Amino acid sequence: MFADAVLVARKDLTLELRSRVATNQILPLAILVLVVFAFALDANTTMLRIAGPGLYWVAVLFAGLLVVQRAFSIESADGIHDALRLSGLEPSAMFLGKLVSVGVQLLVLEAALLVGVILFFDVGISDIALIVSAAMTGTVAFAAAGVIYGVLSLGVRIRETLLPLLAVPVVAPVLLAATRAFEPAVGVTAASGWNWVALLVVVAAVYTALGLVSFGPLLEDG
Amino acid sequence: MALTRPSLLPPRSTAAPTASVATRLLGGMSVVMIAVTVLLALAVTPADVVQGEAVRLMYAHLPTIWVAYGSFLVAAGASALYLWPRTRRRHWDRVAGATAEVGTVFTALCLVTGMLWGRITWGVYWQWDARLTTTLLLFVVYLGYLAVRRLPAEPVVRSRRSAITALIAVVNIVIVRYSVDWWNTLHQKASLTASDPEITGEMLGALLFAFVSFTVLASWLIVHRYRLIRMEELRDEEGLLRAIAERRAEAGLGVAG
Repeated sequence: MFADAVLVARKDLTLELRSRVATNQILPLAILVLVVFAFALDANTTMLRIAGPGLYWVAVLFAGLLVVQRAFSIESADGIHDALRLSGLEPSAMFLGKLVSVGVQLLVLEAALLVGVILFFDVGISDIALIVSAAMTGTVAFAAAGVIYGVLSLGVRIRETLLPLLAVPVVAPVLLAATRAFEPAVGVTAASGWNWVALLVVVAAVYTALGLVSFGPLLEDG
Repeated sequence: MALTRPSLLPPRSTAAPTASVATRLLGGMSVVMIAVTVLLALAVTPADVVQGEAVRLMYAHLPTIWVAYGSFLVAAGASALYLWPRTRRRHWDRVAGATAEVGTVFTALCLVTGMLWGRITWGVYWQWDARLTTTLLLFVVYLGYLAVRRLPAEPVVRSRRSAITALIAVVNIVIVRYSVDWWNTLHQKASLTASDPEITGEMLGALLFAFVSFTVLASWLIVHRYRLIRMEELRDEEGLLRAIAERRAEAGLGVAG
């Protein structure tokens, strides 16, 4: 099963590396979102610093949705969807593979955005362990939810609009918890962020389990 | 020889009304009960000591969320029954569709009445309270569910897809509720319910009556919606047969001409 998952993840990541859509289009867009936030808040550095963790995760949400859409739009052309179904790969392995490829792309995105908020919003990091744990667990939860709904909207004509409507409410608690975990890590609040990381772990586990179970039936249906 | 244009009317077998004697009775009952609820809420019950006349919104507000949660519970149960191979029947898919749709409408009503009530008692339409936030996301989640139901697909595919979405929605709502609850306990001090007085006497009676009458109303709507879904399915099946027959007739004409 894990060998199959690696196969799927490697295929996706190779495609992304060669097409460079993620790095040349999604990443610049994510940075643009940060710039637009500065416009919206009138370049008020104090306010940007305080709101930084929230703005950061909203930017991750916007750009991350594009990553998820992209992960499934590459499957819908040239009958790859049918090829995947006939490939004999374990559906749960395909889910894990997609989870890894989306997750890796999200992590790259998050790293770049983190640099962005440090540079543009003057956010200073005081607890790097908390940042990394929250980002890792938040990424798994985001990717799992995204992959479940990505496969559901595979082959649907209105995918571009349907996927965000389905995915955002599911990602909303992840956004909330990850933001709250980031706040103490950048010194905005004094509260402990580890409780929120624990919540993220639970959410990531729940959505991964849901995805492992439901990916097969949803893929067959598409 | 002129081609007969396909009629725009639905096929005859699906043109029957969705009403039966039982539903007419149910409908009549819900109209009367809602009328009595309005009377109880506006005239019979007293104004509240703390909230004044605004408390009368309660008789519309609380039953809507009760109906919404009840409908979503039934929708989740029906979806689970549909997914379980032994109990898989189209019937459960229709139950899920009908109840989820009625539930979504009542969630919207709950949000509207709640915001009006909030404006009067708190001075603002919205507070980022755990219950409000959860209800808003509940509404959006079920809009997504209804969007999934409307995706064009084979009936079996659509039913399974919707059933899975409905179950994910339930899990999602539990997580949302938990996380915003936690968010609130950490960040907000005042609880909105603290100022609400105990509900007793004729107010309690009127409220219980409102719960029953809204439940009757919702059941009536759900039965009709269920029958409508059944008719839509019939129309789709029959539409295909008709289309085949028409194409055949056209081909026949072509040969003759």
